[in-house]
Amino acid sequence: MTPNEQTPNDQVTTTESATTPASAPDKSAGHSRRVFLFKLSLLVNGAVGAVLAVPILGYLLGPALKKSSSDNSWINLGPLNDFPEGETRLVNFRNPVTTSWDGQTGDIPCWVRRVSGNTFQVFAINCAHLGCPVRWFAQSKLFMCPCHGGAYYEDGSRASGPPERGLFEYEYKIVSGSLVISAGKMPTLANQAKSESPLIQLEGTSAATETLPKPRCSSCQS
Amino acid sequence: MPELKRRSIEVYNWFEQRLGLGGPVIEMAEHEVPSNTASWWYVFGSAATVILVLQVMTGILLALVYAPTAGHAWNSLEFLDHNVKLGWFLRAMHGWGSDFMVAIVLIHMAQVFLFGAYKFPRELTWIIGVFLLLLTLGMAFTGQVLRFDQDAYWGLGIGASIVSRIPWIGGPLVNLMLGGPIIAGPTLSRFFTLHVFVIPGILLAMVGLHIWMVLRLGINDWPMPGRLVNKKTYVREYHQLTEKSGIPFVPDAAWKDSLFAAAIMLAVMACALWFGPFGPTGQPDPTIIQTAPKPDFAFLWIYAVLAYLPPSLETPVLFIAPVLGIGAMLLLPLVSAEGEKHWSRRPVAVLMVAVIAVILGAFTRLGMYTPWSPVMNAWTSDPVPTAYLKDRTPLEREGALVLQNKQCRNCHSIGGAGGMRGPALDSVASHMTEDQIIRQVLQGGGNMPAYGNALSPSETTALVRFLTTLRGNDLAPAVDASQRLTSSSEPPAAPAKGH
Ligand code: FES
Repeated sequence: MTPNEQTPNDQVTTTESATTPASAPDKSAGHSRRVFLFKLSLLVNGAVGAVLAVPILGYLLGPALKKSSSDNSWINLGPLNDFPEGETRLVNFRNPVTTSWDGQTGDIPCWVRRVSGNTFQVFAINCAHLGCPVRWFAQSKLFMCPCHGGAYYEDGSRASGPPERGLFEYEYKIVSGSLVISAGKMPTLANQAKSESPLIQLEGTSAATETLPKPRCSSCQS
Repeated sequence: MPELKRRSIEVYNWFEQRLGLGGPVIEMAEHEVPSNTASWWYVFGSAATVILVLQVMTGILLALVYAPTAGHAWNSLEFLDHNVKLGWFLRAMHGWGSDFMVAIVLIHMAQVFLFGAYKFPRELTWIIGVFLLLLTLGMAFTGQVLRFDQDAYWGLGIGASIVSRIPWIGGPLVNLMLGGPIIAGPTLSRFFTLHVFVIPGILLAMVGLHIWMVLRLGINDWPMPGRLVNKKTYVREYHQLTEKSGIPFVPDAAWKDSLFAAAIMLAVMACALWFGPFGPTGQPDPTIIQTAPKPDFAFLWIYAVLAYLPPSLETPVLFIAPVLGIGAMLLLPLVSAEGEKHWSRRPVAVLMVAVIAVILGAFTRLGMYTPWSPVMNAWTSDPVPTAYLKDRTPLEREGALVLQNKQCRNCHSIGGAGGMRGPALDSVASHMTEDQIIRQVLQGGGNMPAYGNALSPSETTALVRFLTTLRGNDLAPAVDASQRLTSSSEPPAAPAKGH
């Protein structure tokens, strides 16, 4: 390492000896001026940097500063007859905001449950725990999550596992015989309510027992 | 021959006169190190550096073909695997190289910790090393995203969901991470930038600093029990030691580093040849929901922890634990810069390494077979063993059908097949009475959903009748203790019918 430090020193001495200064007093007289000019140049560069930072930060933070409500728009999921009463079906839609290079990632699925007549529930595919795709099992009337074993009842309320709330729901309306939902943004806990009051609780699964830490090993059972 | 030698020396001198690098580099390579540092324990840092070089090279080669757009990335990986000559091998080398890198960085860290090498004057070397670990993990995660398949897509979903839980700024951060409202083209571009430009740039610069400090401060001398580090005397003692027992780093100590590096490279190549590249799994199409996303090896333990945390603790643990963990690692050399280095005099340190290793190992193991996840197709793929249907009444057999149809098997195993989310049912009737089973089925509890709405009364009766026949081989049926007290004269009603 020492040679490393020496090499530049060597070069400095050689260059200095090559360009001999005209006279010593001149050099020191100009010194303070040059120091000032250098400090000034630093200041100018700082100002230029600050100006440049505005577009750079604006570009970088653009997606973060966007209003999240602007991402949602109304999407037609199809005529009402596509959804038999009492059934829950998987429906795909193209996200309203996409780029042409999104490929299949722009297609978003959701679970549509027609409760009766014009009463629907449209659930996001993303588990309220950490976003994995939940699957509907009509026979046991449960949504099950493959990631950490979260489960939800048919109305989307939390049944068991790590999720702290029920499934995320899209807003919907019926427009000229078609089901239309408001979607466009991946639902997460940041843009949805953190917890929901459970809809219908059967006796024995009171809120108190819900929040207690439960045994999670495969063999134990309370 | 002598002519050629003379010519090449001339050429070397021509460059050396202008560059002036050869001398310092040779000097650096041959600098004296205490002979006790020439140990097989001191080879992990250099091995990590060699793998880093491998990763950079294979990464550049992969980037020649890889298409970093959400619409084409997956296809370009398939193309690499099947249409580009030896493309699969390069993908495999890069993937296995990443796993080896994480492993060796961790081993290096444990070794440095146990040898007290983070103490004065090498505190900053350790602190930068902590950042290097985080950057390495960052490379592993972003690399997994670039393998843009189902696991990557849903892995991003998990990442975004975790970020979304950060109080106040979670929402904007999710947007920043995804680059848009959903996981799509801009998301992949972001992770490509991180994986290819940002993190490697910082990583290489920090590795440079790390190695510079090792050269500047000297390799940690082999710790001796009772030889304490004192800030006033350490540097002098170290120099005395080097003077007394110094050997040139190259070749006297470096041959071990270089042999080990070769062995590691061979191991990476062997794994790449034998096991091949990772994935890609299914296409990154969110409408294909028949998937069980899983992170790469280095993150399996986090995946497991997330499954076991109770909901109320999850968010605090997610954000407080990493801050505490990383903070502790960063502060470690500052609070214990002096004192004993030898592991035999630092039982707490040894215990900590052991406990952390066991915890990481156990959770990784759990993450490999995910006992908490329902087996989504168990109800259609695993039949009820015939032994469990022998000598059953029609009603009980009907119950077996209900058990199958209502997807109970997705979470409960019978005869060793089925999910492990809930307890195995093979001997359920030996520890639960009929009443308890009915209650459990209808109302749920513990970690089980209530099935009251999903079962008709007749289905419930059949199912419970069947379950009461499952008592293992020779176990007695469970009996309500209070019942036995009131009618102790009557024998238990259930007939003996094992399987
Ligand atoms: S993501 Fe569904 S349970 Fe964790």
